[in-house]
Amino acid sequence: MGKLFDYAPAPESRAIVNIGASYGLFINGEFVDPVDGEPFKTVNPASEEVLAEVSAAGPQDVDRAVTAARRAFDTTWSRMPGRERAKYLFRIARIIQERARELAVLESLDNGKPIKESRDVDLPLVAAHFFYYAGWADKLKYSGYGETPLGVAGQVIPWNFPLLMLAWKIAPALACGNTVVLKPAETTPLTALAFAEICQQAELPPGVVNILTGAGETGRALVEHSGIDKIAFTGSTEVGKAIAKSVAGTRKRLTLELGGKAANIVFDDAPIDQAIEGIVGGIFFNQGHVCCAGSRLLVQESVADDVLERLRRRMSTLRLGDPLDKNTDVGAINSAAQLQKIRELSQIGEDEGAERWSAACEIPDRGFWYPPTVFTGVTQAHRIAREEIFGPVLSVLTFRTPDEAVEKANNTPYGLSAGVWTDKGSRILSMANRLRAGVVWANTFNKFDPTSPFGGYKESGFGREGGRHGLEGYLR
Amino acid sequence: MSDPSGERLAVRKTYKLFIGGAFPRSESGRSYVVTDTHGNFLANAALASRKDARDAVVAARAAVKPWSKAPAYNRGQILYRVAEMLEGRRAQFVTEVLDAEGVSSSEAARLVDAAIDRWVWYAGWADKYAQALGSSNPVAGPYFDFSTPEPTGVVAVLAPQSSSLLGLVSVVAPVIVSGNAAVVVASEQQPLPAITLSEVLATSDLPAGVVNLLTGLTAEIAPWLASHLDVNAIDLTGAPLELWPELERAASDNVKRVLRPTETEAEWSADPGLRRISTFVETKTVWHPIGV
Amino acid sequence: MTLTAAAIPTDVASSDAALRRFLHGLPGVDQVGADARAAALGTRSIKTTAKRWAIDTAISMIDLTTLEGQDTHGKVKALCAKGVRPDPTDATCPRVAAICVYPDLVAIAKEQLGDSGVKVASVATNFPSGRAALSVKLADVRAAVADGADEIDMVIDRGAFLSGRYLEVYDEIVQVKAACGVAHLKVILETGELATYDNVRRASWLAMLAGGDFIKTSTGKVSPAATLPVTLVMLEAVRDFREATGRQIGVKPAGGIRTTKDAMRYLVMVNETAGDDWLTPDWFRIGASGLLNDLLQQRHKLTTGHYDGPDYVTID
Repeated sequence: MGKLFDYAPAPESRAIVNIGASYGLFINGEFVDPVDGEPFKTVNPASEEVLAEVSAAGPQDVDRAVTAARRAFDTTWSRMPGRERAKYLFRIARIIQERARELAVLESLDNGKPIKESRDVDLPLVAAHFFYYAGWADKLKYSGYGETPLGVAGQVIPWNFPLLMLAWKIAPALACGNTVVLKPAETTPLTALAFAEICQQAELPPGVVNILTGAGETGRALVEHSGIDKIAFTGSTEVGKAIAKSVAGTRKRLTLELGGKAANIVFDDAPIDQAIEGIVGGIFFNQGHVCCAGSRLLVQESVADDVLERLRRRMSTLRLGDPLDKNTDVGAINSAAQLQKIRELSQIGEDEGAERWSAACEIPDRGFWYPPTVFTGVTQAHRIAREEIFGPVLSVLTFRTPDEAVEKANNTPYGLSAGVWTDKGSRILSMANRLRAGVVWANTFNKFDPTSPFGGYKESGFGREGGRHGLEGYLR
Repeated sequence: MSDPSGERLAVRKTYKLFIGGAFPRSESGRSYVVTDTHGNFLANAALASRKDARDAVVAARAAVKPWSKAPAYNRGQILYRVAEMLEGRRAQFVTEVLDAEGVSSSEAARLVDAAIDRWVWYAGWADKYAQALGSSNPVAGPYFDFSTPEPTGVVAVLAPQSSSLLGLVSVVAPVIVSGNAAVVVASEQQPLPAITLSEVLATSDLPAGVVNLLTGLTAEIAPWLASHLDVNAIDLTGAPLELWPELERAASDNVKRVLRPTETEAEWSADPGLRRISTFVETKTVWHPIGV
Repeated sequence: MTLTAAAIPTDVASSDAALRRFLHGLPGVDQVGADARAAALGTRSIKTTAKRWAIDTAISMIDLTTLEGQDTHGKVKALCAKGVRPDPTDATCPRVAAICVYPDLVAIAKEQLGDSGVKVASVATNFPSGRAALSVKLADVRAAVADGADEIDMVIDRGAFLSGRYLEVYDEIVQVKAACGVAHLKVILETGELATYDNVRRASWLAMLAGGDFIKTSTGKVSPAATLPVTLVMLEAVRDFREATGRQIGVKPAGGIRTTKDAMRYLVMVNETAGDDWLTPDWFRIGASGLLNDLLQQRHKLTTGHYDGPDYVTID
């Protein structure tokens, strides 16, 4: 970015949110104190300021929540006509729209993502997701997956899109007539707690939605609870495998949305300026805390130098800083632990001989930050080409032919997403056919829509969220 | 001047047509008397002419492009907004349905509630009917092949004669949910709930011209719509049965899609299914080679 | 064809076929992506000191324009006075870049503006349609230059461009440039008639190759006039052209830019696409008329802290 036109700070007002000093658990329609859980603090990753104290639910709390969910399932929710369930979900969608800015600010405070993204991406998608599944609630017989709900769903979500992941979990579950116990991530509980309030405003019957804050132990207790009929998990492949083991031999249904190491493949006939935007958005959107991030750039050798030059120039215009500033493009890393992991893997990249380049950003004094970074000279053998970094770090590899691009793209245990950039339609479709990934974006990247199914191949998980397919995991 | 009875005199509403988002009287200057089921005077409704029908088709045609290009999500939001606005005027509609249909007040309330829920039902279909009616086709050969429904264009709708609100909503909503624009001829004897519904539509962010509503004699207006070459389809639900063959013949001149009337009026409370959406969409199939 | 523009063949303008090979070998523009990028830049929030700087910069970049059949000497004189001193109550308010008029009014504008530093720009080549014999267009240009025009805004032959007669368009620009002499040449692409961003990119390169000093979106007589995505594509073109040739070309969106917010969006786009080198009136212009008053009102607001109305700025 140049020096002449220096954007002054343009902070979104924080006054719109009212964060309580401490929060209980949301069980059976009420906020209650934990029985056997310990309180913990959630911090603003951009400042390390403590935002609130929240409760970690213990095993007894989990049991209370599951019991409440079971009762709500048996007595009201599963018996209610789909038409009436639909109207509750429409209400929730409307309240989310009405409170969108407040929720966006809260999300940015707790997560560290730029307000631009929480305001223009997360929140609109959250509301849209509830609208979409609201419409399914009275149309299940058209779904092709049956009309009978499973029962109580235990849902565990990550910290990268806290409220959006909540919507992806709760909206289809409720539409199908299930009740839920949801655990938000340890570092980002606040918007889920705000959602609990929204359930109250919508007069949702008690017990239909229960929110249990906590860390891994709470999640484990929930997953292992015998009263759960279905587990939906989004998070790391490692934890996903552990969950799959723990439910083995039980009747619990499972869907998993896990890690990824997506290839973003740029051919020499790509619409170059848009491809650069797609590469940047693919990896730096949400600080790279995106399971489907385009973390491996596969660029055709004949244009690699040009693409990299344009990429670095574009990266130099990224604005890193205060997540609440409306002009911030790259916000804070969500936690100290995640920052540490990104640093470690980047160091490994350098140690293994890849060449590192980071955009020259002023890093704030407090908080957790990592500048947009690109590694060149990366090969399939490098760990930064194989392991999910979950941060703003791009590994660049080259290819010569479409076959080579496909081989390299598929040469990973993951299979969540991929990108293809070319002006040639038939090549897009042939690449899409051969890529082992659940979502293939062509001449775009990181696009999401409630009508469009999302989920992985291979170790990126199974089951789909979004679209008609998103109903399958909640019906029998 | 004081009212000797001490009662306040009500301000009556003028019932007009709804064309292109505006509420004009009939260009013909005509009106006709609308009564309740006991024969008591309710209002003078506009008696639409063929020129009003022509104007309504022009307004509908202009609305097709923007409305059909609007994202499905957006159309769904607007249909849901109609339900919200209708709910807000629930009491008014209960009274009007009661007057129009001569049913009990509890039955009128049930019908209005069902009409509101019907908008919600179709709002939900806006971004789903393509998923139910479209397909990806596994053709034999290196081609990506998919079929998607698209709105057919301007649809003339002869609304049911007996069910003044629920029946009306049940025929209008499925036409517009996919992006068509409608020219609706309201129930001849019970047009008032339809006019009031158009007031709801006018304040629900529905773009002008997507729904145009005419009141008058179905037998007078319908032939003009059936034979109109810029109308793509016609729903004959509310057509007098003796008029049906003639209307269908007229419709064949430009190969209109026709939804035929039934011998007796439908039970509008039943699950509507998808047929009323699928009748008024075209299926487009796209082939694209797959190769490097 | 590689993505790099570095290799411009020396015989690029030897034939329609050679021009076609080059122009059609430029990377494509994905419409959806370009629109999305322009929209994203449009959400930048420009406040306080940045806004003050941007308002003054925008004023200094305006080609204050009147191009009406009803234009008179009186109207042009008034516009010139306004261009030199947009805010009579505030001497710190910058002057505009140029006054843009039809050729027959160049002399009166020149006389009014004198050595004020505000330039005289004139539309020529049978503006806005460009439908006239080349000899007539060249005479139009020469007359405007002879009367003192510092800058000529020509229109390309869109008919020739759309039917693939690139060499004809190229030659015409070359000849107009020659007729301009020392006057700067702005080449109006009339992007509203070019239909696709691919065409905008090709027309931009064609105009630059032929010697235009500026590329300009629109006459203002065709809808749509300037848009953010079209300007984005043109800014990318001048950026890439300089990389390839070392020559810097200016950009001028014109038409439809009416509010301070609109102007901010264009400046943000210049800033984040082409960069500092284009953030001056020498390299970026905004063709507008009503925009100036909105900028002045916003400028008052920043100074006084309250909003004023149209009665507090001078009418054109």
